[in-house]
Amino acid sequence: MSAPSVLYDAPGPKAKTRNVLYTVLFGLVLAAVAWFTISGLAEKGQLEGAKWSPFLLGSTWTEYLLPGLLNTLIAAGLSIVIALPIGFVLGIARLSEHRWISMPAGALVEFFRSLPVLILMIFANELFARFMDVDRDVRPLAAVVTGLVLYNASVLAEVVRAGILSLPKGQSEASMALGLRKGQTMRIILLPQAITAMLPAIVSQLVVILKDSALGGALVGYAELFAQYRYISNNYQNLIPTMIVIAVVYIVINTLLTTFASWLEKRMSRRGRPTVGGGLVEEQAPGMEFTGLRTGDNL
Amino acid sequence: MDLLSKYDVLGAFWVTVQLTFYSAVGALIWGTILAGMRVSPVPLMRGIGTVYVNVVRNTPLTLIIMGTSLGLYSTLGVVLTTKSDKDLLFLPSNNFWLAVLGFVAYTGTFVCESLRSGINTVPVGQAEAARALGLKFTQTLGIIVLPQAFRAVIAPLASVLIALTKNTTVASAIGVAEAAVLMSKMIEFDSQYLFLIFGIIALGFVILTLPTGLFLGAVAKKVAVKR
Repeated sequence: MSAPSVLYDAPGPKAKTRNVLYTVLFGLVLAAVAWFTISGLAEKGQLEGAKWSPFLLGSTWTEYLLPGLLNTLIAAGLSIVIALPIGFVLGIARLSEHRWISMPAGALVEFFRSLPVLILMIFANELFARFMDVDRDVRPLAAVVTGLVLYNASVLAEVVRAGILSLPKGQSEASMALGLRKGQTMRIILLPQAITAMLPAIVSQLVVILKDSALGGALVGYAELFAQYRYISNNYQNLIPTMIVIAVVYIVINTLLTTFASWLEKRMSRRGRPTVGGGLVEEQAPGMEFTGLRTGDNL
Repeated sequence: MDLLSKYDVLGAFWVTVQLTFYSAVGALIWGTILAGMRVSPVPLMRGIGTVYVNVVRNTPLTLIIMGTSLGLYSTLGVVLTTKSDKDLLFLPSNNFWLAVLGFVAYTGTFVCESLRSGINTVPVGQAEAARALGLKFTQTLGIIVLPQAFRAVIAPLASVLIALTKNTTVASAIGVAEAAVLMSKMIEFDSQYLFLIFGIIALGFVILTLPTGLFLGAVAKKVAVKR
């Protein structure tokens, strides 16, 4: 352990032997769990080469996984690109001094923040099918993106608000003293600084969007990465290996994004800039202020 | 208003509440164990805890929930219900508990991270000062560190549990008859009332999540340690 912990002092000789004992005991428990899992899988024949070899074929990747991944990225990309400007407008509107602007914006944000994304997707899907005549081919994508945009725009609105509020008060006071108008203060002074503060939170919101897009595959019929498990496991009867491979793809992408977010955050805090926390964005609850808790430096 | 008499809206939301309750209890326990591992002085425990949290947190919940049903039950034959497999309630009950298992595995990672970040908000100097005063390990933890950490943890932990309430809709992927399944069913038969149906279901979730959020947010603000 490099940094001193708030919980433990640097271990002395007695604590060191005790730690060795704990390591051994925990290792035994771990080995038992691993053995149960592996023998369980082997008993059901899930470890046979035939179930895993499809993933060595180029065709499994080019026909199923990569097109699925592309669809996932399209949905996630569209969602963040549409949600960001809406989030900015809502977030700034909520900070307005005019109650007739800030109240409706606040109500809208809190309403959509308190709904599950799935409910929004189901609603959008039926809305497009029955009332709006959206073409069948693009309807699942449209439904998934609409659901993701409605939810994430309201989450991003809170990120924007927290980003602007995180700036020292002196910034807007100084710009007022220079005779800038409110709009100018926001545009020239506050927003540019707030955007850098928000970057980590925006990147980690992308992780949330990527994960939530899998809902569209399972329940709205959008052919994204997760939905490909049906075709692959139908072809090769290898459900568990397929799910594991798909999970690994998600984990790799999301880990890269999370690492990028915490790198951004660290870089900014090194420069003494305020940041709006990354890691826990997903767990923002309606009605609560953006917690902005950092996930800790040793992530 | 015959929509409300035709469909068991309260029943569906009751299932949502039950899913949330059992998952929350499990996730709090599992998350505490994980947090204990991640802050322990034993490198192996820390490593495993970190790997578990980062792997599970970055996996879509949908995949985890469907994995419990298709993977654990259909392929590996894991059964979590006491009902016999001839009972009509066997599948619903089994799927319910499989979903709870999935939510516990997933939400536990967020509980763990909240607890850990709560502990991290306590400055090292606090513990050092406590040790310098001659307090023992249990005293340092019980009198100095945990009371401060606990107050910092209320807000994120409340957020995690409210997010869990919303996430329980994912259980509809394996057919647990909660609010999202009811919404699909209502839309299937009465799609002309789409906006009304959406309004009813949305209202249910707003009632479940918003007051709790406002209340716990205020509590967290009140008890926060000013630094």
